[in-house]
Amino acid sequence: MKVRVRFSKSGKIRWTSHRDVARMWERAFRRTSLPLAYSEGFSPRPKVSFGLALSTGHESVAEYLDLELVPASELDVESLSGRLTAALPDGIEVTAVGRIDDRADSLQHEVTSCTYELVAAGATIDELREYVAQALAAPTIVLTRQRKGQDVTDDVRPAILSVDVLDEVEADDGRPCVSLVAELATQPRGLRPAELLAALSPTLDEVRVRRTNQWILRADGARHEPLGVVTELALADA
Amino acid sequence: MTTLWPRVEPLLAKVQKPARYIGCEEGARSPVHAPHKVAWLLVYPDSYEVGLPNQGLQILYELLNERDDAVAERSYAPWSDMEAQLRGRGIPLFSVDTHRAAGDFDLLAFNLSAELVFTNVLNCIDLAGVPVRSAERAEDDLVVMAGGHCTFNPEPLADFVDAFVIGDGEEVIAEITAVVGEWKRSGRTPGSRQRMLRTLAAVPGVYVPSMYDVAYDGPALVSVTPRYPDVPERVEKRTISDLGAWPYPKSQLVPLTEVVHDRLNVEIFRGCTRGCRFCQAGMITRPVRERPVAQVRSMISDGLARTGYDEVALTSLSSADYSGIDEVVKGVIDDPACSGQVSVSLPSLRVDAYTVGLAAEIAKVRRTGLTFAPEGGTWRLRQVISKLIREEDLYGAVDSAFSQGWQRVKLYFLMGLPTETDEDLEGIASLARNCVAVGKKHSGRVSVTASVGGFVPKPQTPFQWFGQNTEAELRRKVGLLKDSTRRDRGVTLKWHDPRASVAEGLASRGDRRVGAVIEDVWRHGGIFQEWSEFFRLDLWESAMERHGLSLDWYVYRHRSEDEVLPWDHISAGLHKDFLWGDWQDALVASGVEDCRWTPCYDCGACTGYGIEHRVASAVPPAGGSQGTGQDLSTGGFVPVTLSGARS
Repeated sequence: MKVRVRFSKSGKIRWTSHRDVARMWERAFRRTSLPLAYSEGFSPRPKVSFGLALSTGHESVAEYLDLELVPASELDVESLSGRLTAALPDGIEVTAVGRIDDRADSLQHEVTSCTYELVAAGATIDELREYVAQALAAPTIVLTRQRKGQDVTDDVRPAILSVDVLDEVEADDGRPCVSLVAELATQPRGLRPAELLAALSPTLDEVRVRRTNQWILRADGARHEPLGVVTELALADA
Repeated sequence: MTTLWPRVEPLLAKVQKPARYIGCEEGARSPVHAPHKVAWLLVYPDSYEVGLPNQGLQILYELLNERDDAVAERSYAPWSDMEAQLRGRGIPLFSVDTHRAAGDFDLLAFNLSAELVFTNVLNCIDLAGVPVRSAERAEDDLVVMAGGHCTFNPEPLADFVDAFVIGDGEEVIAEITAVVGEWKRSGRTPGSRQRMLRTLAAVPGVYVPSMYDVAYDGPALVSVTPRYPDVPERVEKRTISDLGAWPYPKSQLVPLTEVVHDRLNVEIFRGCTRGCRFCQAGMITRPVRERPVAQVRSMISDGLARTGYDEVALTSLSSADYSGIDEVVKGVIDDPACSGQVSVSLPSLRVDAYTVGLAAEIAKVRRTGLTFAPEGGTWRLRQVISKLIREEDLYGAVDSAFSQGWQRVKLYFLMGLPTETDEDLEGIASLARNCVAVGKKHSGRVSVTASVGGFVPKPQTPFQWFGQNTEAELRRKVGLLKDSTRRDRGVTLKWHDPRASVAEGLASRGDRRVGAVIEDVWRHGGIFQEWSEFFRLDLWESAMERHGLSLDWYVYRHRSEDEVLPWDHISAGLHKDFLWGDWQDALVASGVEDCRWTPCYDCGACTGYGIEHRVASAVPPAGGSQGTGQDLSTGGFVPVTLSGARS
C-alpha cells in the first residue's frame, strides 16, 4: 500500500539539507513504528522515496514523499499526520496524507513544475517589472550554470512558465526587497529560483524563497498537485 | 540581551553547512536568562560536527539547565568561512540555542578533549569580544573556564583561562555556580573579580593559575607555588563515586545535520584499570565506576524510543570489560521493540573479550566497523606498554569476526613507543599479514587496515618522562612500515602525520611559557590545527624561535626522576612514585595485571579519595583479561599454520 505525504519546512530548520531532512524522516518512521515495507536483499532499506530536492535555505509548504507500507497494514490517515509531525523536529509539519495508486509513478518523474515565492534584493519594484517583461518577451535566454560540478550552457527560457512581481517588502535585516511569484519547470532540466534571478538580472540577490506548489501536468493538459488538492494556503499567509 | 539571529541568518547562505549554526536539535533548550541566574556558555572549541556529540558537554548542559540558579547554552568553533563573515560584520561568537552573544554570558566554559584545539580556544575567546589573556580582563568581563582531559596539564593555557576544572564536572559545577552567582549579584564592584577567583581557587577540583607563582632556572621549571595560604598547593581532581547516580544525558541531543558518532551513546562505565602506560585517559579517570546494568538498559530503551536512532554505542575506555556486556548487547539485539533493526557498536574493544558469541550477536543486525588496538607489534613491546594482548587472542578475535561475515578489520598501533626497535615495527606488519591469513580461511576478499599513530607522551602517565621521537625518526619509521607492507595484498597501511605529533607533544607537556607560543600561532592564523588542511608546523616552529624556546627541550628530551614537572601541582590521585615505578617496570618490559581483579598496586586513585572500583563482577571474565587468568609466557605465541604466512 502506497501513501503520499505532504509536509512543510519552515523557520530555522530550512538551513538543513535535503539529505538531512531524509534522515529526520528515517528517525521519525522508527519513532512512530510505522509499518514500512522493506526492500529485499542483504541490507534491507525502507521503501521511501523523496520528491524533488529543496535547496538548503529555502522554505516550502509543498514537499512530498511516498511511502510503501506492508500490505495488510491498517492506516488511520486522520491520526497519521499528527503522529508524524510529533516525531519530526520543529519546523517540519505534515499537512496532508493520502493513499495513492500502487502503480503511481515516482514524484521525481511525475512532477513537471513548481511554484515559488521569492524575495529579491538589488532592484526597485519598477526595475524588476522591467526585467521580467524583457525576460518574458525574449525568445531565448542562454545561461551558464553548474550541474553535477560541470558548467552547462543552455536556453532556460522554456523553463520559465510564469513570473509575476508582487510587492515591495523588507528583509529581516532591513534591506528593501521586492517579492515575486514564479512557476518554473522541473523537466527536462529544472530551473532553480536563484538561476531565475540570474536570468532576470545579474544585480538581483536571492533573499528568501518558499516553494508553494508542485505540479503534475498530464498529457491531456490538465494540471494538478501531487495529492490532488489545490491549496491557496501558501499565498494566503504570505 | 537580544538574539543575534536576524544578523546571523543572512550570513547562512554564504557559508558551508549552515545547519552548524542553527541549533534546533531534538533535546536543545531555550533557557530563560535572569539576573539571579548564572549564564554558562559551554563551548566545544572545534567544528560543530566534532563537538555536538561530546557527552561531557551534553551532561553539563542538562545538569545546569535543571538548576534554579543557572542556565546553559552551547557554542562551537565557527568554521573559517563563518569566522570571516562574523569578523567582517562585527558579530561576536554566539550560542546556537538562542543565538545570544557570548558577551551576555557570565562564564565561557571550554571542553578540552585534545591539545591541538588550544589555538581555537584563544580564537573563541577573542570572537567573544573578551581579551585573550586573563590578566587583561576587566572587572565585568565574563569568566573563562575549561574542563576535560587536557586540563591535567593546564599550564600551556594558564595565561588565558581564569579557572580550570580538574576531573569529573557533575558535582563541582554547583559550587562554581554559587561562587560566580554571588559575584554577579554583588554588582561586580572593583576588586570583586579577584576575590571571586580566589574563592574559586579554594573550591576542591578548581585550579586558578593566577593564584600561583612560577619560578624557572634557565629552561628548567623550579616551582609552582600558591600565592596565598588559602590556595591549595596541589589541586586534587574531582571524582563522582557512583555513576548510577548520574544517568545523564537523559535527553541526548539529536542533531539535524550529520555529525561524528551520530547515534545514541550510552556511557557504561567511567575509568579504566587495565594500566596501559601510554593512555592518559586510563590513568586520570581511575577508579572504574560501572553503571548498573538495569540503568544501562533503560537508558538504551528510553534513548532509542525518544531519538529514533538505529544504532547505540556503549561508550567507555574499554567497553568489552563491562561486566554486564553480554547481557546488555543481547538485550538490545533481541528486544522486540528494536525489531531487529538496532545495531550495537562497541567503540573500544579488547581482543581478549571479543568472542564468536559477541560477534554473532552484533552481526545479527548490521556489521558495524570493527577495530582492535594491539598498539604494539611484538609481545615484548606490549609488555613495555602494559597492553597485554597475546597474539593468539588477536587472531582469535579476528577469526571470530571473519567467521561472522566481516570482511574488513582495522588494527590500531602506535609507533615511537619507549624501547621500540625496528623489529617491533616489523611486528606490526606481520600481525596485519597474519590477520589477513586468518581471514582467508573464511573469505578471499578480507582486508586489514593497520592504522599507525605517532606516540605522544602524556602528563600523569608512566610515560610522562619519555622523550618523544623526533619528526624525522617517525618519518623513517613510516617508511619502514611502508616497505614491509608493500607486497602484502590485503594489508592497507595508514599513518598519522608526524608533524602534527610534534605540535601535540609541545602542547601536551609544555609549561606556562608555551602559552606565548600558542598565542603566537593563533595570531598568525593557526586555527583548527587538528585538521590536516589547516595544520601548519611552520607556525609552531617559528613561534618557538621567536620566544626563544626549543622543541628539543619540551618535546624530545627524556625527563629525570627529580625534575619538577609542569603538572606536579595537579593531581589525578596517582602517586608520583607509583608512576615512576611503573615507568621503570616498563623499561624492563614488565607488564601489570588489571587491578580490578588483582591485589592493589597502590597507585593512589582509590585510597587517596576513599573510593573503590564499582564493578558488578569480582572475578575476571572467562578466558582472562589483561594478564589475569592468562599464561603470559605465551604472549608471543604464533600458531604454526600462520608462521611466515604471506598472501
